[in-house]
Amino acid sequence: MPNFNFRPLWRYSDQFIDGVLTTLLLTVSATMIGLIIGIIGAIVLRGGPKPARIAVRTYIEIIRNTPALLQIFIIFFVPPTIGLKFSPIQASIVALSIYFGAYASEILRSGLNSIPASQIEAGLCLGLTRWQVLSRIVLPPAIRNIYPSITSQFVLLLLGTSIASQVSADELFHAAGFIDSRTYRSFEVYALTCGIYFTLVVLFKIAFALVGRAAFRWPTRR
Amino acid sequence: MALVEIKNVRKNYGTLEVLKGVSLDVEKGEIVTIIGRSGSGKSTLLRCINALETINSGEILLEGQSVSAKMDGLRQMRQKVGIVFQAFNLFPHMTIEKNVTLAPILTGKTDKQGARKLALSVLERVGLADKLKAYPEQLSGGQQQRVAIARCLAMSPHLMLFDEVTSALDPELVGEVLKVMEEMAAQGMTMVLVTHEMNFARNVATKLVFMHQGRVWEQGDPKTLFANPQTPELKSFIGHHAG
Ligand SMILES: Nc1ncnc2c1ncn2[C@@H]1O[C@H](COP(=O)(O)OP(=O)(O)O)[C@@H](O)[C@H]1O
Ligand SMILES: [Mg+2]
Repeated sequence: MPNFNFRPLWRYSDQFIDGVLTTLLLTVSATMIGLIIGIIGAIVLRGGPKPARIAVRTYIEIIRNTPALLQIFIIFFVPPTIGLKFSPIQASIVALSIYFGAYASEILRSGLNSIPASQIEAGLCLGLTRWQVLSRIVLPPAIRNIYPSITSQFVLLLLGTSIASQVSADELFHAAGFIDSRTYRSFEVYALTCGIYFTLVVLFKIAFALVGRAAFRWPTRR
Repeated sequence: MALVEIKNVRKNYGTLEVLKGVSLDVEKGEIVTIIGRSGSGKSTLLRCINALETINSGEILLEGQSVSAKMDGLRQMRQKVGIVFQAFNLFPHMTIEKNVTLAPILTGKTDKQGARKLALSVLERVGLADKLKAYPEQLSGGQQQRVAIARCLAMSPHLMLFDEVTSALDPELVGEVLKVMEEMAAQGMTMVLVTHEMNFARNVATKLVFMHQGRVWEQGDPKTLFANPQTPELKSFIGHHAG
């Protein structure tokens, strides 16, 4: 019967809370910036000039086919050599945004492609601008179609923020390592950390489901 | 000056020439039906009129203004030309009211207060004033097509184009859509329609155009042409579609 004792961790509740807040900061910032990258990427992939399309495609392939850990190292260690210095958190946000942006580009592109050209045509025939057609006619159903994939990509990002610990951004996983080194209660620390990540994911999934239900009210076929 | 003047228009997709020098005038208030075999270029011609397709030579004038995808005022031109397709193309995520009022609001034709009144008035014209809050998916095909017509009417178009708008409908739903179109015709709307409804072509249209292999093969008064087709092609076409 192993002798578990979570009580020594209690003194470190502030570190855990700060860790969670930093994890949320990384996740939310990277999601926002990544989505903006994704929207631009998707639009370029669909209708941009060829050089721009090639550039975006290259970006996506590089990001999706190399370790995220390596990407964060490059963002953290390379810019200082040309005199550009990022804090661990800044570097992590930049790296994770670039990372999420690559996946978001692909997902958003498939969302835009899921809308039949006849919808765009119908909008243009009414005398709307391309931007009005995109924002009012194409995007809402496209976002509904990709909502499940964006949700799971978001979860992967949330869990993936733990690699920011490797450049000493003091997010949750980094805090866990610190507390472990102070308490020598590895099992308890990592079990609790696991529980926190799990709870965060479940809460976000519930939130996404509620938002989705409120936003996507129109009936669909199938 | 005719409302639409189509002058010797040619259009090709790659090496395939789809319109081989089409000329056609549509006067204000005219109801022009275009008939012809599948692949004869009917849809392409309609789509050239509001510059959904670019033509390779010739010219199309709408109210005297040369139409093209690069023209100044392309959107203003399209706001004056309603087009209804076979597949309805309603916006699935918007209520019927929103479908109908989206363009008038975004183009500044009406404000939010006026929009409700506008929606009611055009939906009344197509007999669907009670469906304001429904979504397209909740309507029958015939109802959806009538909403698509109402959506165009809300822009007060000078010209309406219809491309086989009853072809995707169950037979029992065709009548309700044709009835709406007949009423529009009676109210003086200028209409160009591609259709397989020979009764409509014969009895409602003021001009009949028979297209064959990318050309206007015959055109004229519908009753005269139906009774006396001048070419074997039209004769055989009418024979196949007698009804
Ligand atoms: N976007 C396109 N690309 C290539 N060929 C096309 C395209 N649209 C139509 N066509 C061809 O043009 C010809 C005329 O088509 P269409 O105008 O649709 O005829 P209709 O409406 O009379 O059936 C057909 O041979 C068709 O295959
Ligand atoms: Mg056709």
